[in-house]
Amino acid sequence: MAEQYTYAVARIRAKELTLLSRQDLDQLLACKTEQDCLRFLVDKGWGEAGMDGEEMLSQELDKTWSAIRELVPDFTAFAVFLYPVDFGNLKAAIKSTVAGNRPERLYVYRGSIEPEVLELAAQKHDFSRLPAFMREAATQAFQTLLHTGDGQLCDVILDRAALAAVLQAGKDSDSPLIQEYAELTVATANIKIAVRGQKTGKTREFLQQAMVPCDSLRVGDLMEAAVSGRDALEQYLSNTRYARAAEELKRSSSAFERWCDNEQMNLIRSQKTNPFTIGPLAAYILARESEIKAVRLILSGKRNHLDEEAVKERLRDLYV
Amino acid sequence: MDINNLGVGLALLGAALAALLAGIGSAIGVGIAGEAAAGVVTEDPGKFGKVLLLQLLPGTQGIYGLLIAFITLSNIGILGGSGDISFAKGLMYLFACLPLGFVGLWSAKRQARAAVASIGLVAKRPNQFGKALLFPAMVETYAVLALLVSLLAVINIGKLPI
Repeated sequence: MAEQYTYAVARIRAKELTLLSRQDLDQLLACKTEQDCLRFLVDKGWGEAGMDGEEMLSQELDKTWSAIRELVPDFTAFAVFLYPVDFGNLKAAIKSTVAGNRPERLYVYRGSIEPEVLELAAQKHDFSRLPAFMREAATQAFQTLLHTGDGQLCDVILDRAALAAVLQAGKDSDSPLIQEYAELTVATANIKIAVRGQKTGKTREFLQQAMVPCDSLRVGDLMEAAVSGRDALEQYLSNTRYARAAEELKRSSSAFERWCDNEQMNLIRSQKTNPFTIGPLAAYILARESEIKAVRLILSGKRNHLDEEAVKERLRDLYV
Repeated sequence: MDINNLGVGLALLGAALAALLAGIGSAIGVGIAGEAAAGVVTEDPGKFGKVLLLQLLPGTQGIYGLLIAFITLSNIGILGGSGDISFAKGLMYLFACLPLGFVGLWSAKRQARAAVASIGLVAKRPNQFGKALLFPAMVETYAVLALLVSLLAVINIGKLPI
């Protein structure tokens, strides 16, 4: 029932007023040092004075998720955003178990499964109690890392399973926005795999292991194009609905990466005028994540004394 | 059984439908708009006055329903303790009440959707309150038209020589 989110959407509309605008980002860019940036952010209501950048960004992300958690009791509606976090935690659990160490701040506590459950499963070498969508991949990734020591292959297995889980969660969702988001996420991930695979000369078999079939791309043709070369890849993409990706690829890799993120923003913009459904809530999550990503980029630019123009070129479109 | 005994029953049914349908529509409408208004006030209590006005807009249909039901009850003599009207008149009262009943139900629900959208507008652009108020108010036109039809009919049925 669309009306069940009426209160939540209205509250999110009021919260959207606090999202950073392009002018805010320009002001942030104009700050001389990272400390000036942090002061500017504190004035905007982010974090608290004295926090370091990462701490502040992490707190802001936590604030977003706790607001959403308060508004939507059934969190499974946001599975498409939670599964990548779960698989990231699973990756950390498997790698730390196999390596026999446990670094500080290993896990992200924003997934659908408690990281300790994943850690225990990895330590006991028993993944049978994990949800079905990660059980098989977890076992396979663990065994692969244990017997071959190949961290990249372990990553490929888990990344693929994460994409498949996101795609399935999208298909299971009632929200057209979440369905499209899942499809776009998987399609752009496939394109990124193809582009990187083409650059590093990966085989068809490797690409097949990494890519997930989706509705808006013929994965077989994409793989074929990737192993044939850059021109073939651009040619294939120009005949799909992701033709802009081919144009951006010709420009530069960073332009292509920015296009992938901007596509997400274009997708969620329609939710600005939607007063019902879960769509505006999902759009708000993505808008906050994108905003935090932009701030992180600026802070990192300031920290490393990067040229302002170089940072500006990499900034993504904003929701507001 | 004298068919004319059914007259008062039909007229009462009309009055009940006008009050019921329009009242249900308004209750649903004000409820939905209230949820949205509460959402905005949670984040910004300063907008209470503006969103309250928008929340109340779908409530008018219920008042119209009450008005038509009251006039019908008065005209058929129920309020005065009698109820002696013909079958034909009873049927007429029933039909006279229907425009407000149905249009009231539907317009209150649709007006609530417009009010929710306007509450979202006020949340983001409080200085556009005047425009935000107009969008749901447009839906009111059709409730008022239905009220007029029902009102004119209910008032004049009593004067007919049948």
